Amino acid sequence: MKLGFFLREATRAMRRNAAPTFAALATVTVTMIMLGVFIPIVQATKGAANTVRGRVLVDVYMKSSATSSDETRVRKELLSVPHVKSVEFVSKAAAYAQQSKQDPAAYALLASNPLPDTFHVVPDNPSNVLAIRSSLTPPATGGGAGTIDQAIQTVSNHKDDTKKILEVTNLVTITAAVLTVLLTLASVLLIANTIRLSLFARRREVEVMKLVGATDWFIRWPFVIEGIVVGAAGAIAAIVVLGVTKVALLDPLANDWTLIAAPRTIPFAALLAVLLAAGVIVSSLGSGLSLRRFLRV
Amino acid sequence: MAISDSKDRSRRSAAVAPVTRSSKPAGAASGGRPVVEFRGVSKHYDGGDVGLDQATFSVVRGEFVFLVGSTGSGKSTVMRLLIKELDATEGTIRVAGHDLEEIARKRVPYYRRNIGVVFQDFKLLPNRTVYDNVAYALQVTGSSRKEIRNKVPDILRMTGLSTKLHNYPDQLSGGEQQRVSIARAFVNHPPLLLADEPTGNLDPETSIDIMRLLYRINRAGTTVLVATHDQTMVDKMRRRVIELSRGRIVRDEATGLYARDETTREFAHRMRGDGTRPPGV
Repeated sequence: MKLGFFLREATRAMRRNAAPTFAALATVTVTMIMLGVFIPIVQATKGAANTVRGRVLVDVYMKSSATSSDETRVRKELLSVPHVKSVEFVSKAAAYAQQSKQDPAAYALLASNPLPDTFHVVPDNPSNVLAIRSSLTPPATGGGAGTIDQAIQTVSNHKDDTKKILEVTNLVTITAAVLTVLLTLASVLLIANTIRLSLFARRREVEVMKLVGATDWFIRWPFVIEGIVVGAAGAIAAIVVLGVTKVALLDPLANDWTLIAAPRTIPFAALLAVLLAAGVIVSSLGSGLSLRRFLRV
Repeated sequence: MAISDSKDRSRRSAAVAPVTRSSKPAGAASGGRPVVEFRGVSKHYDGGDVGLDQATFSVVRGEFVFLVGSTGSGKSTVMRLLIKELDATEGTIRVAGHDLEEIARKRVPYYRRNIGVVFQDFKLLPNRTVYDNVAYALQVTGSSRKEIRNKVPDILRMTGLSTKLHNYPDQLSGGEQQRVSIARAFVNHPPLLLADEPTGNLDPETSIDIMRLLYRINRAGTTVLVATHDQTMVDKMRRRVIELSRGRIVRDEATGLYARDETTREFAHRMRGDGTRPPGV
Protein backbone atom coordinates (compact mmCIF):
# COMPACT_ATOMS: atom_id res chain seq x y z
CA MET A 1 0.00 0.00 0.00
CA LYS A 2 2.70 2.45 1.05
CA LEU A 3 5.04 1.80 -1.89
CA GLY A 4 2.14 1.88 -4.30
CA PHE A 5 1.02 5.18 -2.82
CA PHE A 6 4.47 6.71 -3.12
CA LEU A 7 4.80 5.51 -6.71
CA ARG A 8 1.44 7.00 -7.59
CA GLU A 9 2.40 10.25 -5.88
CA ALA A 10 5.66 10.38 -7.85
CA THR A 11 4.00 9.76 -11.21
CA ARG A 12 1.31 12.28 -10.41
CA ALA A 13 3.94 14.90 -9.60
CA MET A 14 5.82 14.20 -12.81
CA ARG A 15 2.67 14.39 -14.89
CA ARG A 16 1.48 17.61 -13.31
CA ASN A 17 4.92 19.25 -13.38
CA ALA A 18 5.86 18.16 -16.87
CA ALA A 19 8.07 21.14 -17.72
CA PRO A 20 10.41 21.04 -14.69
CA THR A 21 10.53 17.26 -14.90
CA PHE A 22 11.54 17.46 -18.54
CA ALA A 23 14.18 20.07 -17.70
CA ALA A 24 15.68 17.80 -15.05
CA LEU A 25 15.57 14.84 -17.40
CA ALA A 26 17.23 16.79 -20.21
CA THR A 27 19.94 18.01 -17.82
CA VAL A 28 20.69 14.47 -16.74
CA THR A 29 20.78 13.30 -20.36
CA VAL A 30 23.12 16.05 -21.51
CA THR A 31 25.55 15.70 -18.61
CA MET A 32 25.56 11.94 -18.96
CA ILE A 33 26.33 12.19 -22.69
CA MET A 34 29.12 14.58 -21.82
CA LEU A 35 30.52 12.18 -19.23
CA GLY A 36 30.00 9.24 -21.55
CA VAL A 37 32.07 10.89 -24.26
CA PHE A 38 34.64 12.31 -21.92
CA ILE A 39 35.46 9.26 -19.82
CA PRO A 40 36.73 7.18 -22.78
CA ILE A 41 38.57 10.17 -24.23
CA VAL A 42 40.38 10.80 -20.98
CA GLN A 43 41.20 7.15 -20.66
CA ALA A 44 42.41 6.87 -24.23
CA THR A 45 44.59 9.92 -23.73
CA LYS A 46 46.02 8.54 -20.53
CA GLY A 47 46.54 5.19 -22.25
CA ALA A 48 48.35 6.84 -25.12
CA ALA A 49 50.51 8.83 -22.74
CA ASN A 50 51.38 5.68 -20.84
CA THR A 51 52.22 3.84 -24.05
CA VAL A 52 54.59 6.63 -25.02
CA ARG A 53 56.13 6.58 -21.57
CA GLY A 54 56.47 2.83 -21.76
CA ARG A 55 58.75 3.23 -24.74
CA VAL A 56 61.17 5.29 -22.74
CA LEU A 57 64.17 2.97 -22.40
CA VAL A 58 67.89 3.16 -21.89
CA ASP A 59 69.82 1.46 -24.65
CA VAL A 60 73.21 0.10 -23.77
CA TYR A 61 75.42 -0.63 -26.80
CA MET A 62 78.21 -3.14 -26.38
CA LYS A 63 81.62 -2.93 -27.96
CA SER A 64 81.92 -5.02 -31.09
CA SER A 65 84.60 -7.05 -29.37
CA ALA A 66 82.28 -8.08 -26.56
CA THR A 67 82.05 -11.83 -25.92
CA SER A 68 79.18 -13.85 -24.56
CA SER A 69 80.83 -13.90 -21.12
CA ASP A 70 80.88 -10.10 -21.28
CA GLU A 71 77.22 -10.21 -22.08
CA THR A 72 76.38 -12.33 -19.03
CA ARG A 73 78.42 -10.07 -16.76
CA VAL A 74 76.96 -6.84 -18.09
CA ARG A 75 73.45 -8.21 -17.77
CA LYS A 76 74.07 -8.92 -14.10
CA GLU A 77 75.53 -5.48 -13.55
CA LEU A 78 72.62 -3.79 -15.27
CA LEU A 79 70.09 -5.69 -13.20
CA SER A 80 71.81 -4.58 -10.00
CA VAL A 81 71.38 -0.89 -10.89
CA PRO A 82 68.57 0.67 -8.86
CA HIS A 83 65.15 1.22 -10.59
CA VAL A 84 65.90 -1.28 -13.35
CA LYS A 85 62.89 -3.48 -13.88
CA SER A 86 64.17 -5.75 -16.62
CA VAL A 87 66.82 -6.07 -19.21
CA GLU A 88 66.34 -7.31 -22.73
CA PHE A 89 69.26 -8.46 -24.81
CA VAL A 90 69.22 -8.03 -28.57
CA SER A 91 72.16 -9.71 -30.26
CA LYS A 92 73.94 -8.33 -33.31
CA ALA A 93 72.37 -10.95 -35.49
CA ALA A 94 68.86 -10.42 -34.16
CA ALA A 95 69.13 -6.66 -34.60
CA TYR A 96 70.42 -7.12 -38.14
CA ALA A 97 67.60 -9.48 -39.02
CA GLN A 98 65.02 -7.05 -37.66
CA GLN A 99 66.46 -3.99 -39.34
CA SER A 100 67.04 -5.65 -42.67
CA LYS A 101 63.45 -6.80 -42.71
CA GLN A 102 62.33 -3.18 -42.31
CA ASP A 103 64.63 -1.87 -44.98
CA PRO A 104 65.94 -4.79 -47.09
CA ALA A 105 67.36 -2.61 -49.88
CA ALA A 106 69.61 -0.55 -47.61
CA TYR A 107 70.89 -3.56 -45.66
CA ALA A 108 71.53 -5.55 -48.82
CA LEU A 109 74.15 -2.99 -49.74
CA LEU A 110 76.05 -3.59 -46.52
CA ALA A 111 78.53 -6.36 -46.70
CA SER A 112 78.84 -6.88 -42.94
CA ASN A 113 76.67 -6.31 -39.89
CA PRO A 114 77.40 -2.84 -38.44
CA LEU A 115 75.04 -3.22 -35.52
CA PRO A 116 76.30 -3.79 -31.97
CA ASP A 117 74.90 -6.12 -29.35
CA THR A 118 72.35 -4.08 -27.43
CA PHE A 119 70.67 -4.16 -24.02
CA HIS A 120 67.24 -2.52 -23.68
CA VAL A 121 67.05 -1.46 -20.05
CA VAL A 122 63.45 -1.08 -18.90
CA PRO A 123 62.94 1.18 -15.88
CA ASP A 124 60.45 0.31 -13.12
CA ASN A 125 58.94 3.75 -13.74
CA PRO A 126 59.51 5.93 -16.79
CA SER A 127 60.41 8.90 -14.60
CA ASN A 128 63.47 7.00 -13.34
CA VAL A 129 65.06 6.70 -16.78
CA LEU A 130 67.38 9.61 -16.22
CA ALA A 131 68.52 8.27 -12.86
CA ILE A 132 69.38 4.93 -14.44
CA ARG A 133 71.26 6.62 -17.21
CA SER A 134 73.41 8.58 -14.83
CA SER A 135 74.23 5.57 -12.71
CA LEU A 136 75.24 3.69 -15.85
CA THR A 137 77.59 6.49 -16.86
CA PRO A 138 79.64 7.61 -13.86
CA PRO A 139 82.02 10.53 -14.62
CA ALA A 140 85.21 9.16 -16.13
CA THR A 141 88.68 10.09 -14.91
CA GLY A 142 89.38 11.96 -18.12
CA GLY A 143 86.43 14.31 -17.49
CA GLY A 144 84.03 12.81 -20.10
CA ALA A 145 81.32 10.30 -19.47
CA GLY A 146 82.51 6.82 -18.60
CA THR A 147 80.64 3.54 -18.40
CA ILE A 148 80.29 1.03 -15.64
CA ASP A 149 81.81 -1.76 -17.68
CA GLN A 150 84.70 -2.12 -20.05
CA ALA A 151 82.58 -4.00 -22.55
CA ILE A 152 80.08 -1.16 -22.93
CA GLN A 153 80.65 1.12 -25.86
CA THR A 154 78.03 3.80 -25.16
CA VAL A 155 74.79 4.39 -23.31
CA SER A 156 72.12 6.03 -25.43
CA ASN A 157 71.85 9.72 -24.84
CA HIS A 158 68.38 11.07 -25.49
CA LYS A 159 68.35 13.13 -22.36
CA ASP A 160 66.40 16.04 -23.85
CA ASP A 161 63.91 13.87 -25.70
CA THR A 162 63.29 11.72 -22.67
CA LYS A 163 62.76 14.76 -20.51
CA LYS A 164 60.32 16.25 -22.96
CA ILE A 165 58.33 13.06 -23.30
CA LEU A 166 58.09 12.73 -19.54
CA GLU A 167 56.99 16.34 -19.09
CA VAL A 168 54.39 16.24 -21.83
CA THR A 169 52.88 12.94 -20.78
CA ASN A 170 52.82 14.09 -17.17
CA LEU A 171 50.98 17.23 -18.17
CA VAL A 172 48.50 15.23 -20.24
CA THR A 173 47.78 12.87 -17.36
CA ILE A 174 47.34 15.67 -14.84
CA THR A 175 45.14 17.70 -17.19
CA ALA A 176 42.96 14.69 -17.85
CA ALA A 177 42.56 14.03 -14.13
CA VAL A 178 41.70 17.67 -13.37
CA LEU A 179 39.20 17.78 -16.24
CA THR A 180 37.56 14.58 -15.02
CA VAL A 181 37.14 15.99 -11.52
CA LEU A 182 35.82 19.31 -12.83
CA LEU A 183 33.40 17.69 -15.23
CA THR A 184 32.06 15.32 -12.60
CA LEU A 185 31.63 18.22 -10.21
CA ALA A 186 29.88 20.28 -12.87
CA SER A 187 27.53 17.40 -13.67
CA VAL A 188 26.60 16.88 -10.04
CA LEU A 189 26.06 20.61 -9.45
CA LEU A 190 24.07 21.02 -12.64
CA ILE A 191 21.74 18.16 -11.85
CA ALA A 192 21.40 19.18 -8.20
CA ASN A 193 20.61 22.74 -9.21
CA THR A 194 17.95 21.73 -11.70
CA ILE A 195 16.34 19.57 -9.05
CA ARG A 196 16.49 22.40 -6.53
CA LEU A 197 14.74 24.69 -8.96
CA SER A 198 11.93 22.26 -9.59
CA LEU A 199 11.61 21.66 -5.84
CA PHE A 200 11.60 25.37 -5.15
CA ALA A 201 8.54 25.69 -7.34
CA ARG A 202 6.87 23.11 -5.15
CA ARG A 203 8.03 24.30 -1.72
CA ARG A 204 4.56 25.57 -0.86
CA GLU A 205 3.20 22.13 -1.53
CA VAL A 206 5.73 20.68 0.91
CA GLU A 207 4.80 23.31 3.48
CA VAL A 208 1.12 22.38 3.20
CA MET A 209 1.93 18.69 3.55
CA LYS A 210 3.81 19.43 6.74
CA LEU A 211 0.92 21.43 8.13
CA VAL A 212 -1.47 18.56 7.49
CA GLY A 213 0.77 16.37 9.62
CA ALA A 214 2.84 14.46 7.07
CA THR A 215 6.13 13.10 8.37
CA ASP A 216 9.33 14.11 6.60
CA TRP A 217 9.80 10.73 4.97
CA PHE A 218 6.18 10.58 3.89
CA ILE A 219 6.85 13.74 1.90
CA ARG A 220 10.34 12.77 0.85
CA TRP A 221 9.79 9.30 -0.65
CA PRO A 222 7.78 10.46 -3.68
CA PHE A 223 10.49 13.03 -4.41
CA VAL A 224 13.24 10.42 -4.11
CA ILE A 225 11.33 8.03 -6.37
CA GLU A 226 10.84 10.86 -8.81
CA GLY A 227 14.59 11.46 -8.72
CA ILE A 228 15.30 7.79 -9.37
CA VAL A 229 12.90 7.70 -12.31
CA VAL A 230 14.17 10.96 -13.82
CA GLY A 231 17.80 9.95 -13.28
CA ALA A 232 17.28 6.51 -14.81
CA ALA A 233 15.28 7.87 -17.74
CA GLY A 234 17.86 10.60 -18.41
CA ALA A 235 20.74 8.15 -18.21
CA ILE A 236 18.98 5.66 -20.48
CA ALA A 237 18.35 8.40 -23.05
CA ALA A 238 22.05 9.29 -22.87
CA ILE A 239 23.00 5.63 -23.21
CA VAL A 240 20.85 5.25 -26.31
CA VAL A 241 22.49 8.29 -27.89
CA LEU A 242 25.96 7.04 -26.99
CA GLY A 243 25.19 3.52 -28.19
CA VAL A 244 23.90 4.73 -31.55
CA THR A 245 26.92 6.99 -31.96
CA LYS A 246 29.29 4.19 -31.09
CA VAL A 247 27.79 1.72 -33.52
CA ALA A 248 27.24 4.21 -36.33
CA LEU A 249 30.37 6.33 -36.08
CA LEU A 250 33.11 4.92 -33.90
CA ASP A 251 33.08 1.22 -34.67
CA PRO A 252 33.71 1.68 -38.43
CA LEU A 253 36.59 4.01 -37.59
CA ALA A 254 38.10 1.81 -34.90
CA ASN A 255 39.94 -0.34 -37.44
CA ASP A 256 41.77 2.63 -38.87
CA TRP A 257 42.34 4.68 -35.78
CA THR A 258 44.16 2.90 -33.00
CA LEU A 259 43.32 5.49 -30.36
CA ILE A 260 39.65 4.52 -30.48
CA ALA A 261 40.49 0.86 -30.25
CA ALA A 262 42.93 1.55 -27.43
CA PRO A 263 42.67 -1.42 -25.12
CA ARG A 264 42.91 0.68 -21.99
CA THR A 265 39.55 2.44 -22.37
CA ILE A 266 36.66 1.32 -20.21
CA PRO A 267 34.48 -1.44 -21.73
CA PHE A 268 31.30 -0.01 -23.20
CA ALA A 269 29.00 -2.04 -20.95
CA ALA A 270 30.83 -0.89 -17.83
CA LEU A 271 30.62 2.70 -19.03
CA LEU A 272 26.86 2.39 -19.42
CA ALA A 273 26.53 0.89 -15.96
CA VAL A 274 28.56 3.74 -14.49
CA LEU A 275 26.40 6.32 -16.25
CA LEU A 276 23.14 4.71 -15.18
CA ALA A 277 24.26 4.40 -11.57
CA ALA A 278 25.57 7.98 -11.54
CA GLY A 279 22.34 9.35 -13.01
CA VAL A 280 20.13 7.52 -10.55
CA ILE A 281 22.25 8.18 -7.47
CA VAL A 282 22.93 11.84 -8.16
CA SER A 283 19.37 12.73 -8.99
CA SER A 284 17.67 10.74 -6.21
CA LEU A 285 20.13 11.96 -3.58
CA GLY A 286 19.78 15.44 -5.04
CA SER A 287 16.00 15.38 -4.62
CA GLY A 288 16.13 13.88 -1.15
CA LEU A 289 18.76 16.27 0.16
CA SER A 290 17.54 19.44 -1.52
CA LEU A 291 14.17 18.83 0.08
CA ARG A 292 15.63 19.17 3.56
CA ARG A 293 15.56 22.94 3.38
CA PHE A 294 11.85 23.00 2.69
CA LEU A 295 11.00 20.44 5.31
CA ARG A 296 11.88 22.80 8.14
CA VAL A 297 8.39 24.12 8.71
CA MET B 1 -12.05 52.31 22.89
CA ALA B 2 -13.71 51.61 26.21
CA ILE B 3 -16.75 53.55 25.12
CA SER B 4 -17.20 51.67 21.88
CA ASP B 5 -16.73 48.42 23.78
CA SER B 6 -19.56 49.10 26.18
CA LYS B 7 -21.72 50.25 23.32
CA ASP B 8 -21.05 47.00 21.49
CA ARG B 9 -21.95 45.05 24.54
CA SER B 10 -25.24 46.83 25.15
CA ARG B 11 -26.26 46.43 21.54
CA ARG B 12 -25.31 42.80 21.68
CA SER B 13 -27.35 42.02 24.78
CA ALA B 14 -30.33 43.80 23.29
CA ALA B 15 -30.15 41.80 20.12
CA VAL B 16 -29.63 38.50 21.88
CA ALA B 17 -32.39 38.92 24.44
CA PRO B 18 -35.08 37.00 22.50
CA VAL B 19 -33.06 33.82 22.09
CA THR B 20 -31.11 33.78 25.33
CA ARG B 21 -31.44 30.46 27.02
CA SER B 22 -28.19 30.29 28.83
CA SER B 23 -26.33 33.33 30.03
CA LYS B 24 -23.41 31.63 31.73
CA PRO B 25 -19.94 32.28 30.36
CA ALA B 26 -18.93 29.74 27.76
CA GLY B 27 -16.10 28.32 29.81
CA ALA B 28 -18.23 27.76 32.84
CA ALA B 29 -21.04 26.31 30.76
CA SER B 30 -19.08 23.35 29.47
CA GLY B 31 -16.95 23.09 32.59
CA GLY B 32 -14.49 20.81 30.77
CA ARG B 33 -10.74 20.57 30.83
CA PRO B 34 -8.88 23.26 28.99
CA VAL B 35 -7.99 22.21 25.45
CA VAL B 36 -5.67 25.14 24.99
CA GLU B 37 -3.77 26.71 27.82
CA PHE B 38 -1.32 29.62 27.48
CA ARG B 39 0.55 30.53 30.61
CA GLY B 40 2.74 33.64 30.49
CA VAL B 41 3.67 32.88 26.91
CA SER B 42 6.01 35.25 25.12
CA LYS B 43 7.48 35.00 21.66
CA HIS B 44 10.36 37.19 20.61
CA TYR B 45 11.41 36.91 17.00
CA ASP B 46 15.01 37.10 15.89
CA GLY B 47 15.59 40.75 15.27
CA GLY B 48 13.77 41.90 18.36
CA ASP B 49 10.14 41.94 17.23
CA VAL B 50 7.76 40.88 19.93
CA GLY B 51 5.17 38.46 18.62
CA LEU B 52 3.50 37.74 21.90
CA ASP B 53 4.02 39.23 25.35
CA GLN B 54 3.08 37.36 28.52
CA ALA B 55 -0.14 35.95 27.13
CA THR B 56 -2.24 33.88 29.49
CA PHE B 57 -5.58 32.38 28.55
CA SER B 58 -7.25 29.05 28.28
CA VAL B 59 -9.92 27.59 26.06
CA VAL B 60 -12.09 24.73 27.25
CA ARG B 61 -13.55 21.93 25.21
CA GLY B 62 -16.30 22.90 22.84
CA GLU B 63 -15.67 26.61 22.98
CA PHE B 64 -15.76 28.90 19.97
CA VAL B 65 -13.24 31.65 20.45
CA PHE B 66 -12.34 34.66 18.36
CA LEU B 67 -8.88 36.04 18.41
CA VAL B 68 -9.02 39.64 17.24
CA GLY B 69 -6.58 42.47 16.80
CA SER B 70 -4.98 44.51 14.06
CA THR B 71 -2.24 43.22 11.80
CA GLY B 72 0.89 42.43 13.77
CA SER B 73 -0.96 42.14 17.07
CA GLY B 74 0.09 38.52 17.53
CA LYS B 75 -2.93 36.53 16.31
CA SER B 76 -0.92 34.59 13.79
CA THR B 77 1.83 34.08 16.34
CA VAL B 78 -0.68 32.33 18.60
CA MET B 79 -1.74 30.11 15.69
CA ARG B 80 1.80 29.30 14.67
CA LEU B 81 2.74 28.53 18.25
CA LEU B 82 -0.24 26.17 18.49
CA ILE B 83 0.79 24.15 15.45
CA LYS B 84 4.35 24.23 16.75
CA GLU B 85 5.62 25.97 13.68
CA LEU B 86 7.25 28.28 16.22
CA ASP B 87 8.47 27.65 19.74
CA ALA B 88 7.61 30.00 22.60
CA THR B 89 10.45 32.07 24.01
CA GLU B 90 9.03 31.74 27.51
CA GLY B 91 5.96 30.41 29.24
CA THR B 92 4.16 27.13 28.71
CA ILE B 93 1.60 26.17 26.12
CA ARG B 94 -0.47 23.10 26.79
CA VAL B 95 -2.78 21.53 24.26
CA ALA B 96 -5.07 18.79 25.54
CA GLY B 97 -2.77 18.47 28.52
CA HIS B 98 0.45 18.09 26.54
CA ASP B 99 3.19 20.62 27.04
CA LEU B 100 4.19 21.65 23.52
CA GLU B 101 7.78 22.15 24.56
CA GLU B 102 8.05 18.46 25.35
CA ILE B 103 7.04 17.34 21.88
CA ALA B 104 10.16 16.28 19.99
CA ARG B 105 10.64 17.59 16.47
CA LYS B 106 10.10 14.12 15.11
CA ARG B 107 6.74 13.83 16.85
CA VAL B 108 5.43 17.17 15.55
CA PRO B 109 3.70 15.65 12.50
CA TYR B 110 1.78 13.28 14.77
CA TYR B 111 0.81 16.16 17.03
CA ARG B 112 -0.43 18.20 14.06
CA ARG B 113 -2.78 15.45 13.00
CA ASN B 114 -4.86 16.32 16.07
CA ILE B 115 -5.32 19.88 14.94
CA GLY B 116 -7.22 21.06 11.91
CA VAL B 117 -5.83 24.22 10.37
CA VAL B 118 -7.53 26.64 7.99
CA PHE B 119 -5.71 29.58 6.44
CA GLN B 120 -6.62 32.82 4.75
CA ASP B 121 -4.92 31.67 1.53
CA PHE B 122 -6.51 28.18 1.76
CA LYS B 123 -3.18 26.38 1.28
CA LEU B 124 -4.57 23.67 -0.95
CA LEU B 125 -2.32 21.39 -2.96
CA PRO B 126 -2.61 22.83 -6.48
CA ASN B 127 -1.89 19.56 -8.27
CA ARG B 128 -4.67 17.59 -6.64
CA THR B 129 -8.38 17.50 -7.10
CA VAL B 130 -10.74 18.49 -4.32
CA TYR B 131 -11.15 14.83 -3.45
CA ASP B 132 -7.40 14.18 -3.37
CA ASN B 133 -6.72 17.27 -1.29
CA VAL B 134 -9.03 16.03 1.42
CA ALA B 135 -7.82 12.46 1.01
CA TYR B 136 -4.23 13.58 1.58
CA ALA B 137 -5.00 14.47 5.18
CA LEU B 138 -6.14 10.88 5.67
CA GLN B 139 -3.27 9.39 3.68
CA VAL B 140 -0.66 10.97 5.93
CA THR B 141 -2.18 9.19 8.90
CA GLY B 142 -1.93 5.88 7.07
CA SER B 143 -5.66 5.40 6.57
CA SER B 144 -6.73 2.56 4.35
CA ARG B 145 -8.21 3.21 0.94
CA LYS B 146 -11.54 1.92 2.13
CA GLU B 147 -11.58 4.42 4.99
CA ILE B 148 -10.72 7.21 2.56
CA ARG B 149 -13.46 6.15 0.17
CA ASN B 150 -15.93 6.29 3.03
CA LYS B 151 -14.91 9.48 4.76
CA VAL B 152 -14.00 11.87 1.98
CA PRO B 153 -17.36 11.95 0.15
CA ASP B 154 -19.08 12.32 3.51
CA ILE B 155 -17.12 15.33 4.58
CA LEU B 156 -17.41 16.91 1.12
CA ARG B 157 -21.15 16.47 1.23
CA MET B 158 -21.22 18.17 4.60
CA THR B 159 -19.26 21.12 3.23
CA GLY B 160 -21.43 21.28 0.12
CA LEU B 161 -18.81 20.25 -2.40
CA SER B 162 -20.32 17.01 -3.68
CA THR B 163 -20.41 18.28 -7.25
CA LYS B 164 -16.83 19.53 -7.27
CA LEU B 165 -15.02 16.31 -6.32
CA HIS B 166 -12.85 16.18 -9.41
CA ASN B 167 -12.17 19.86 -9.86
CA TYR B 168 -8.74 21.30 -9.23
CA PRO B 169 -8.41 24.18 -6.75
CA ASP B 170 -7.85 26.79 -9.47
CA GLN B 171 -11.26 25.89 -10.93
CA LEU B 172 -13.05 26.83 -7.70
CA SER B 173 -14.21 30.12 -6.24
CA GLY B 174 -12.58 31.46 -3.10
CA GLY B 175 -15.44 30.31 -0.93
CA GLU B 176 -15.34 26.83 -2.40
CA GLN B 177 -11.60 26.62 -1.90
CA GLN B 178 -12.02 27.60 1.72
CA ARG B 179 -14.66 24.88 2.10
CA VAL B 180 -12.19 22.35 0.75
CA SER B 181 -9.62 23.56 3.21
CA ILE B 182 -12.12 23.25 6.07
CA ALA B 183 -13.10 19.79 4.87
CA ARG B 184 -9.44 18.79 4.90
CA ALA B 185 -8.96 20.26 8.36
CA PHE B 186 -11.97 18.44 9.72
CA VAL B 187 -11.80 15.08 7.96
CA ASN B 188 -9.78 13.56 10.80
CA HIS B 189 -12.27 14.95 13.31
CA PRO B 190 -9.63 16.78 15.30
CA PRO B 191 -10.51 17.97 18.79
CA LEU B 192 -9.16 21.42 17.94
CA LEU B 193 -9.63 23.48 14.79
CA LEU B 194 -7.63 26.62 14.14
CA ALA B 195 -8.65 29.14 11.50
CA ASP B 196 -6.31 32.02 10.69
CA GLU B 197 -8.29 34.76 8.92
CA PRO B 198 -10.54 32.20 7.22
CA THR B 199 -12.69 34.90 5.65
CA GLY B 200 -9.92 37.36 4.88
CA ASN B 201 -10.11 36.80 1.13
CA LEU B 202 -13.87 36.34 0.85
CA ASP B 203 -16.91 38.56 0.32
CA PRO B 204 -19.34 39.06 3.25
CA GLU B 205 -21.96 36.60 2.03
CA THR B 206 -19.40 33.84 1.45
CA SER B 207 -17.81 34.70 4.79
CA ILE B 208 -21.09 33.99 6.55
CA ASP B 209 -21.27 30.60 4.86
CA ILE B 210 -17.75 29.81 6.02
CA MET B 211 -18.50 30.94 9.57
CA ARG B 212 -21.64 28.86 9.52
CA LEU B 213 -19.59 25.85 8.55
CA LEU B 214 -17.16 26.52 11.36
CA TYR B 215 -20.04 26.92 13.77
CA ARG B 216 -21.45 23.62 12.64
CA ILE B 217 -18.13 21.94 13.28
CA ASN B 218 -18.04 23.59 16.68
CA ARG B 219 -21.48 22.21 17.49
CA ALA B 220 -20.20 18.75 16.63
CA GLY B 221 -17.91 19.10 19.62
CA THR B 222 -14.74 20.51 18.15
CA THR B 223 -13.09 23.43 19.86
CA VAL B 224 -12.69 26.23 17.33
CA LEU B 225 -10.25 29.11 17.51
CA VAL B 226 -10.66 31.77 14.83
CA ALA B 227 -8.25 34.63 14.29
CA THR B 228 -9.79 37.53 12.40
CA HIS B 229 -9.87 41.27 12.09
CA ASP B 230 -13.39 41.22 10.69
CA GLN B 231 -15.03 43.19 13.49
CA THR B 232 -18.58 43.01 12.10
CA MET B 233 -18.35 39.25 11.88
CA VAL B 234 -17.17 39.03 15.48
CA ASP B 235 -19.90 41.35 16.67
CA LYS B 236 -22.56 39.34 14.91
CA MET B 237 -21.30 35.98 16.07
CA ARG B 238 -21.28 36.96 19.74
CA ARG B 239 -18.78 34.44 20.90
CA ARG B 240 -15.91 34.71 23.29
CA VAL B 241 -13.40 37.29 22.09
CA ILE B 242 -9.76 37.55 22.97
CA GLU B 243 -8.27 40.79 21.75
CA LEU B 244 -4.60 41.22 21.19
CA SER B 245 -2.68 44.42 20.74
CA ARG B 246 1.05 44.45 20.16
CA GLY B 247 1.37 40.95 21.51
CA ARG B 248 -0.58 41.61 24.70
CA ILE B 249 -4.03 40.38 25.58
CA VAL B 250 -6.06 43.53 26.12
CA ARG B 251 -9.52 41.99 26.33
CA ASP B 252 -10.82 38.53 27.08
CA GLU B 253 -14.57 38.44 27.18
CA ALA B 254 -15.90 35.06 27.99
CA THR B 255 -19.23 36.45 26.84
CA GLY B 256 -22.21 34.34 27.54
CA LEU B 257 -24.41 36.68 25.65
CA TYR B 258 -25.48 34.15 23.11
CA ALA B 259 -27.39 30.95 22.99
CA ARG B 260 -25.04 28.05 23.05
CA ASP B 261 -27.51 25.66 21.54
CA GLU B 262 -28.48 27.89 18.68
CA THR B 263 -29.00 25.84 15.51
CA THR B 264 -26.91 26.57 12.47
CA ARG B 265 -30.03 27.79 10.73
CA GLU B 266 -30.80 30.26 13.47
CA PHE B 267 -27.18 31.17 13.52
CA ALA B 268 -27.04 31.90 9.81
CA HIS B 269 -30.24 33.86 9.99
CA ARG B 270 -28.92 35.98 12.80
CA MET B 271 -25.65 36.53 10.94
CA ARG B 272 -27.42 37.76 7.83
CA GLY B 273 -30.22 39.63 9.48
CA ASP B 274 -30.36 42.15 12.23
CA GLY B 275 -31.47 40.17 15.20
CA THR B 276 -35.03 39.29 14.23
CA ARG B 277 -36.15 35.78 14.93
CA PRO B 278 -35.65 33.25 12.18
CA PRO B 279 -38.88 31.82 10.81
CA GLY B 280 -40.26 28.99 12.87
CA VAL B 281 -38.47 29.86 16.11
